[in-house]
Amino acid sequence: MSTETDQGYSAAGEVGAVRARRTMSENIWRGLKKAPPTAWFGMIVISIYLFLAIFAGILAPYGEEEVLDAAYLPSWFDADEDFPWDPRFLLGTDQLGRDMLTRLIYGARNTIGIAVATTALSFGIGGTLGVLVTIRPGFFDQLISRFVDVLMAIPGLIFALMLLSIFGSTVTNLIIIIAVLDATRVFRLSRAVAMNVVVMDYVEAAKLRGEGLMWIMRKEIIPNIMPPLVAEFGLRFCFVFLTISALSFLGVGIQPPTADWGSMVRENATLITYGSATPLFPAGAIALLTVAVNFVVDWFLHKTSGLRDEH
Amino acid sequence: MHPVLRTVLQRLGLGLLTLLVVSIIIFSSLIFLPGDFATAILGQAATPETVAAFRKELGLDEPAFIRYFDWLRGALVGDFGTSFSGRSGGSAGAVRQVADLIEPRLYNTLFLAAMTAIIAVPLALTLGIMAALYRNSWFDRAVNAATLTTISFPEFFVAYILMLFLAVKFDVFPSLANVSDTTPFGERVYRCMLPSITLTLVIVAHMMRMTRAAIINLLASPYIEMAQLKGVSRTNVIVHHALPNAWAPIVNVIAFNLAYLVVGVVVVEVVFVYPGVGQLMVDSVTSRDIPVVQACALIFAATYILLNLFADVISIITNPRLLHPR
Repeated sequence: MSTETDQGYSAAGEVGAVRARRTMSENIWRGLKKAPPTAWFGMIVISIYLFLAIFAGILAPYGEEEVLDAAYLPSWFDADEDFPWDPRFLLGTDQLGRDMLTRLIYGARNTIGIAVATTALSFGIGGTLGVLVTIRPGFFDQLISRFVDVLMAIPGLIFALMLLSIFGSTVTNLIIIIAVLDATRVFRLSRAVAMNVVVMDYVEAAKLRGEGLMWIMRKEIIPNIMPPLVAEFGLRFCFVFLTISALSFLGVGIQPPTADWGSMVRENATLITYGSATPLFPAGAIALLTVAVNFVVDWFLHKTSGLRDEH
Repeated sequence: MHPVLRTVLQRLGLGLLTLLVVSIIIFSSLIFLPGDFATAILGQAATPETVAAFRKELGLDEPAFIRYFDWLRGALVGDFGTSFSGRSGGSAGAVRQVADLIEPRLYNTLFLAAMTAIIAVPLALTLGIMAALYRNSWFDRAVNAATLTTISFPEFFVAYILMLFLAVKFDVFPSLANVSDTTPFGERVYRCMLPSITLTLVIVAHMMRMTRAAIINLLASPYIEMAQLKGVSRTNVIVHHALPNAWAPIVNVIAFNLAYLVVGVVVVEVVFVYPGVGQLMVDSVTSRDIPVVQACALIFAATYILLNLFADVISIITNPRLLHPR
């Protein structure tokens, strides 16, 4: 700072100096420090889930489909004198005698992986189409918008059930069907926010300069609509994750022997009637992740849009 | 013609058009079936003649649009054709009408949905108004935090927690909701209690938050300040001044959530082994019984569209600005 005062005042110098003082990681850290405790809780929970999902193969004590002992051994939670807890299995065993903890850890990888892939695909389809029709409005805009209106009039879970009964329940079909159904909502949002950006002068300038469709989309529009889309990604992830879990729970989603939280609830559901909490572990894992993502999205929306509620 | 009437008619027309297009989509899904489907349904032992007869019965030898109008005409009078199940034996007597499968279950599902609505709607409105009345108090904060959490939980998690505590640990309600035609009304209500509480918890949160937001929004308007300055009590301000103008958003969110019940009911019916349309649909998806799946999908989609249409119309005709145009 002292060198600048020696040479006299320069606005560009001051702006440059302030910008140079903080690196990007420092800026992110400053933002994080201001985050409310709920957002911190959410971020920590998400990191733990990601860690478990990535290192599932190393962290899990047994193999994903390894049958180890008798079925339905009690967890540390439910054990009593009649059903002593086996220290080899912290959370007991499932209906085939596989270790519950191992299945839970592998479930993190499978369930979250499939949900992230589906959400990414739905953003790829919905986001691209939504931005494209705002740059080139007209016949295709009308066609796609009306088609989306009709698809959104059918409840998602019901439509997904119907399509799965026709195409069969494989993981690929599941990802494609849910991604296409969910892309309708992404399309609506990205079209709405891109509408406001596409009328800007700099987009007009880029068009006059003769830039291509893809270039305008990538360089001019997408960077300006990122914040709402990132928040929407979190929300859509929750929705997709819950839909896939519900379908797996109903027995038409991810098929055994793949470890998946929704189907694990279904497979061990009978234990509830004996007063055991085992089926609640996978169900709770789903609930906790959804709550955590919601907390982070809430904070992010608040931060980027300056939204203030009446508090 | 009154402008409101015109808007309402437009909305109704658009809704019916949507319903028609949705029925076309649901019907045309049959086209995507793999070619050997007749063989798969009838079993390996089926002769070419039976396969040909089955294809003829499905109408696969006729143009698609003729089949569609036949199907739609049947659906309008409640005839959805015959189920695929029970055909592999080859006996004609085992063939069942889709309508016979659905009818008793439709009553059960509607019963559960109606019971949930009767509990959830007054509860949500009361909680919402109370939270708006005592906003920023501990009551408001507690209700807000609780509803935010129940919104993010999957239905089956809520359902199994309730089952574990209310049915197994403390024997308050039965854990399975097995009802039949002969179950008396009181017994039926008692057995439906747990599924109904689950659905209530899932939908009350959204309705309550919207009611609260709608009322708090209105409390900032000048005529409310006027009423307060006149010395009207807090309760009176909300019930007599704010609420009449808040009806449109509230009715909208109620209808939206009742439409959401349509989806939630599927999972909850499976958890509590409740003999409703949702469970029938899931079973038919597993056994790939397409006519039943199509019929269920059409019923669910129609309910969903009609409820949303109803909400639209109500919010148009209760809007004072539209009723008295300048």
